[in-house]
Amino acid sequence: MLRFALNRLLQAIPVLLIVISATFLLVHSAPGGPFSADKAVPPEVIKALEAQYNLDQPLWQQYVSYLSDVVRGDFGPSFKYSGRSVNELIAAGLPATAELALYAMLVALIIGISAGVAAAMRPNTLQDYLPMSAAMIGICMPSFLFGPLMVLVFGIHLEWLPVSGWGDMPGDKILPSITLGTGYAAYIARLSRGGMLEVLSQDYIRTARAKGLSEPLIIIKHALRGGLIPVVAFLGPAFAGLLGGSFVVETIFQIPGLGRFYVQAAFNRDYTMILGMTIFFATLIILFNLLSDMLAIWLNPKLRHQAGGRD
Amino acid sequence: MKRQESGSIFTLCSVYAFTLLSVLTLSGCGASENNVSAGNRSGTLHWGNGTEPQSLDPHIATGVPEHKIITALMEGLVLKDSKTLEPRPGVATSWDISDDGRVYTFYLRKNARWSNGDPHNAHDYVWSWWRALQPALGNLYAYMYFSIDNAKEYYEGSIKDFDRVGVKALDDFTLQVRLKNPTPYFLQLLDHYSLYPVHRPTVEKFGAADERGTRWTYEGNLVGNGAFQLLEWKINRRVVVERNPYYWDSENVRLNKIVFYPTENAITEERMFRAGQLHYSGTVPADKIAAYQSRKDPALHIDPYLGIYFYRINTRVPQLQDKRVRRALGMTIDRDQITQRILKAGQIPAYAMTPPNTMGYFPESDLQFNPQAARELLAEAGYPNGEGFPVTEILYNTSEGHRKIAVAIQQMWKKHLNIDVKLLNQEWKVYLNSVNVSDYEIARAGWIGDYVDPNNFLDMFLCNGGNNRTGWCNADYDQLILDAAPSAKSHAERLAIFTRAEKMLLEDMPVIPIYIYTSNKLVNPSVKNFSDNILNQPSFKEIYLEAEEEEDH
Repeated sequence: MLRFALNRLLQAIPVLLIVISATFLLVHSAPGGPFSADKAVPPEVIKALEAQYNLDQPLWQQYVSYLSDVVRGDFGPSFKYSGRSVNELIAAGLPATAELALYAMLVALIIGISAGVAAAMRPNTLQDYLPMSAAMIGICMPSFLFGPLMVLVFGIHLEWLPVSGWGDMPGDKILPSITLGTGYAAYIARLSRGGMLEVLSQDYIRTARAKGLSEPLIIIKHALRGGLIPVVAFLGPAFAGLLGGSFVVETIFQIPGLGRFYVQAAFNRDYTMILGMTIFFATLIILFNLLSDMLAIWLNPKLRHQAGGRD
Repeated sequence: MKRQESGSIFTLCSVYAFTLLSVLTLSGCGASENNVSAGNRSGTLHWGNGTEPQSLDPHIATGVPEHKIITALMEGLVLKDSKTLEPRPGVATSWDISDDGRVYTFYLRKNARWSNGDPHNAHDYVWSWWRALQPALGNLYAYMYFSIDNAKEYYEGSIKDFDRVGVKALDDFTLQVRLKNPTPYFLQLLDHYSLYPVHRPTVEKFGAADERGTRWTYEGNLVGNGAFQLLEWKINRRVVVERNPYYWDSENVRLNKIVFYPTENAITEERMFRAGQLHYSGTVPADKIAAYQSRKDPALHIDPYLGIYFYRINTRVPQLQDKRVRRALGMTIDRDQITQRILKAGQIPAYAMTPPNTMGYFPESDLQFNPQAARELLAEAGYPNGEGFPVTEILYNTSEGHRKIAVAIQQMWKKHLNIDVKLLNQEWKVYLNSVNVSDYEIARAGWIGDYVDPNNFLDMFLCNGGNNRTGWCNADYDQLILDAAPSAKSHAERLAIFTRAEKMLLEDMPVIPIYIYTSNKLVNPSVKNFSDNILNQPSFKEIYLEAEEEEDH
């Protein structure tokens, strides 16, 4: 297992290098620079600014010095937010984004697994069709529609929940978490239904039933572990996706997270910010994929054997 | 078996019920007092401020959201009346203007203090203005200083000695400013944040005076001289300012705190306003305006704004070199239709570049919607009934509003002139680049005045003007703006010169004026003493909060 993890981490280095190089080239080749503005910028000012951010050096030299900074864990200064470093901005946005992703994941798991399991227990009946149709709607409904809808109902008409903010007012974390989590809940519901259906048809479940175990016991003790493997495999990428893809929800609910920075950085041509965020998210995706693979191996004896065999 | 299944369904149902219940219980706590009613009691104004400020350094910042926060934290020599925009005493109690209009002497108040209690005097201005003119600082508003004698020369490096620039502290409380030419709008400039003083010890504590992006403006560091002081700056969350006890007019400041929210999205901001989380929202989504208007909501404020929406014409493009063609294009835009059918928020059709009543100036314009005359002009230029006119492109930055207007104009030109127009939208920075390098044929543009004077709209189109970007150059026009207007003997004569210049501009039509902006905002009725003005500049020191009675329950 350790060797498996180390192996995967080593593989991540060239992946990251390619990500950095491609992003670096792309951002520098996009038309318009970080300092172009609606009002004419005097040439003296452009010169002073470019010198300050080393943009007056040849591109390869910028690339090399950027890489050496990144290796030291320094993503450089933001071009747009004068005086703030990219590290500082990521640190400022990460807690909200991570917390949101975590709650959204919880929402997704609670709703998704219970709906999936319920559906799998009586396939092709109303108990199956109802949650699965709901899941289909959940997958299809974009968060920019679902979020404002929730706000309209719970925030503005019923006045039960705040319409925006993060940690400013009690209850302001509920709507964003549900909005972000629902789409993923739908995927999880479908995955767990499929997984559970497969497991429930296996011999050892029939044996358990024959032994006269109660259905909840069979589900919880015997079926879930095997039935949820597809869900576990999905968790890593899903969590990374939640972290990186919360831009829309962050915008709707005015959440001070990373997603907004990421999108704004691209609009502003904030080179260091785009690069820093891309590297950060790439690393997260690699790590979460690794974690979820390790979890899947741990859950599935067959895979465990394979990974162990390689050891 | 059946019983077992129904048992499990029961378990699942109870999980759902539990989730739902916990949401409801938590939401029960959520139904607490909203920001507006809490703020009304504590004197805290909740202000929707657009975007996260890039910088709170008055010599670096450029945007409107930054402007709002900085005017709360800092103050110039002169303030503007929040209604009439007439000059009012700020840090200077009074001033003399020499007979030739070139020397201003300001008498500073002796009780002015920085927010840390330090005395605030005339030397602060000399140092701050020196700092603002350091090219390394990258001050995009340095040109606001160029009416001061030798300021431009110093900034561009042809003069090295700052003593030759026309600003001098005669003593601790007397500041003398010498101008290059009489500049009637000079007092107005002093209320622009780029001319605000900064606290030297604080700036120098965190880096060199001309170093960009030091931490002196951050929470816990910033020292200002305004009615409020910085309490908190949480990135992407809020900027909070509180009353500055050292402010000279502190006893007349009625708000205790202002919370500025960086709401990137206008729709979110409008929802926050509706839910009582904001007292003020600076933008109203265009689609929502009609709803507010139809129920006559007192929160909706629509006021004229000192800004113009126009199209630039690249006069280097072969088919657009002939001014008759440009005039024909300008004469076939039905501005009433655009403002009434598309924009629908009180915008004023524009037939000249300067908004009407800018410092008493009403531009005279012979531009009209006249398709018949336009067709004749186009025929004279060699394109009878639009025949042979090459397909021309309108460039705009990506936005639904710009697209709608471009589509309407595309149709108007097809209908009235029978010419074909393509539309091209580009993302903001790409668009800026295209316009800057003149890689466009016709491009959408907007201009918001920094100060209320025709000069601010007309000096854009000088031959070497950085914001001209049309390739149009007229030496007579330059002479009027650069020489004749500044040396005019009277206000009336000066305005007459601007009228001549503007006529010249419209006659050649390198730009097609389309409409005058309005500022649309939502203001909670509990916000009192809020004045609308054409600069859309609030006076935070005057605003106070008073709850409406029906809100108390």
